[in-house]
Amino acid sequence: MRFDRDVRRKLFSHAMAIACLACVAIAILPLGDILYTSAVNGLKVLSFQFFTQNSPIPCDPRFQTGCSFGGIYNSIQGTLLLIVIAAGIALPVGILCGIYLSEFGANPLGNAARFFADVLAGVPSIVMGVVVFSLFLLLFQDGYITSDYVLSVLSASIALAFIMLPIVARTAEEALRLVPTTTREAALALGIPRYRVVLRIVLRSARSAVITGGLLAVARAAGETAPLIILNPGNLFPFAPALGLHQTTASLPISIYRWIVSPYPNWQADAWGATFVLVILMLGISVAARLALRERFGAALR
Amino acid sequence: MRSDPTAPEPRAPLPPMPPAKLRTEKLSAWYGKKRVLEEISLNFAPNEVTAIIGPSGCGKSTLIRCMNRIHEVTPHARIEGRVFLDDQDVYRQEATSVRRRIGMVFQRANPFPTMSVFDNVAAGLKLNGVRDKARLDEQVVKSLRQAALWEEVKEGLYAPGVSLSGGQQQRLCIARALAVEPEVLLMDEPCSALDPIATAKIEDLLFDLKKQYTVVIVTHNMQQAARVADRTAFLYLGKLVEFNATRELFERPKEKLTESYITGRFG
Repeated sequence: MRFDRDVRRKLFSHAMAIACLACVAIAILPLGDILYTSAVNGLKVLSFQFFTQNSPIPCDPRFQTGCSFGGIYNSIQGTLLLIVIAAGIALPVGILCGIYLSEFGANPLGNAARFFADVLAGVPSIVMGVVVFSLFLLLFQDGYITSDYVLSVLSASIALAFIMLPIVARTAEEALRLVPTTTREAALALGIPRYRVVLRIVLRSARSAVITGGLLAVARAAGETAPLIILNPGNLFPFAPALGLHQTTASLPISIYRWIVSPYPNWQADAWGATFVLVILMLGISVAARLALRERFGAALR
Repeated sequence: MRSDPTAPEPRAPLPPMPPAKLRTEKLSAWYGKKRVLEEISLNFAPNEVTAIIGPSGCGKSTLIRCMNRIHEVTPHARIEGRVFLDDQDVYRQEATSVRRRIGMVFQRANPFPTMSVFDNVAAGLKLNGVRDKARLDEQVVKSLRQAALWEEVKEGLYAPGVSLSGGQQQRLCIARALAVEPEVLLMDEPCSALDPIATAKIEDLLFDLKKQYTVVIVTHNMQQAARVADRTAFLYLGKLVEFNATRELFERPKEKLTESYITGRFG
């Protein structure tokens, strides 16, 4: 009967829609939980001092008096320092790689570079830490650097830069590829030299998508923990900001890691605070990346 | 004295072919192994509009893309034969300097997406090293006037170029091409994406432009060729079938193929 069949199809359609919605809810749930739990626990220690004070001395109020929560000033400073140096290396190199892949990479060398970039992006970050660690050990062995640098802000930044590099390169390539061929031809037809067409027209047209890729790479590096475990253990517990590239530094992910596994109540509480700050930082970067993208499409639609 | 045997004596009112501003000599072009042009020899007279007509895929666009050396930008594209601008082989000059002298307007309006109207027009000069602000201002206004766009955009010079209507965008692209002061203007089906009113504006514009430039226009629209062109070349399957004064070609075609095409029997 025709009517029955139509009703059956409609019911099936509704059932599928509900099933899809349920799957979306399951996918979103963990994020909601992370935000909720880190907010509830983190807000307990969040205060102005939390951002201006260094890591606290471990303290247990059951046995000691005058326990302080301290703060994450040195962790934030360390994370910013690591990211700024890593981005300073990875962004220019990665964007230039992306330009090569997109504009000049239609050849075997380009294909190989693209393949290796993808493999590099898949290398576990702990391996990246090991590689940079051994590289710096060799440099130390041959007398190019002092022993300080082996475990330092510099070596950790370089490991983070290696992690960011393929992300920046591939997103920049994709962004540049989205610029239509006709835009390139229009610029070339004006007699503009090729390198200027690439830098001033093509890169400019893809600007916001390139920035988005850079921001996502920064977000990735900011939360990266594994290479820092190897390269930036601190003197186990750094209590003050790093002053030089040869020193180790605290950083948000490592502080969280050290504090949450510790037996000290003030450290455990701080771990939640730092977690909340890190999550908000990530969220902020993602939102900024989206806004940068919207600017691009907004301009095209206006 | 005429160097092109395929251009017979045109009848009045068109004067005989003057010395060519732009000329191709046995020009052949390939995309990879596919040959799309076969030994095209054509002359383009100064201060005239020359139309190139023919069915889709006959090589019209490729032909003009060879003249400003944009063809070679496409991967695996190559040419044989020669192109002369003022009797100098363009393939023995710097591609960038050739392209500054031979401007191009494309099938789809393609203003630079992140640039304002002003910056779009100024881009050619700026990126070729002109820094003089006064000169840029003057040239932008002049080019926009030449492209009959000035009155419509003078209030919004700093709005994004892509915010204009399709027809305005195409005139913006014409202004952009004119700003670098070329001698020749190549137009690759400039009206194919435009409505009749916007098309009429561009066609009107051509009458003014040819006073100053050598204009070559590719079109698949025969009426358009009949309206705007002084001379017309008919291409079919990469070969030049016929080249003549436009009225001659449409009223008294010499080749059977031309006749069937213009009477709509194929293409």
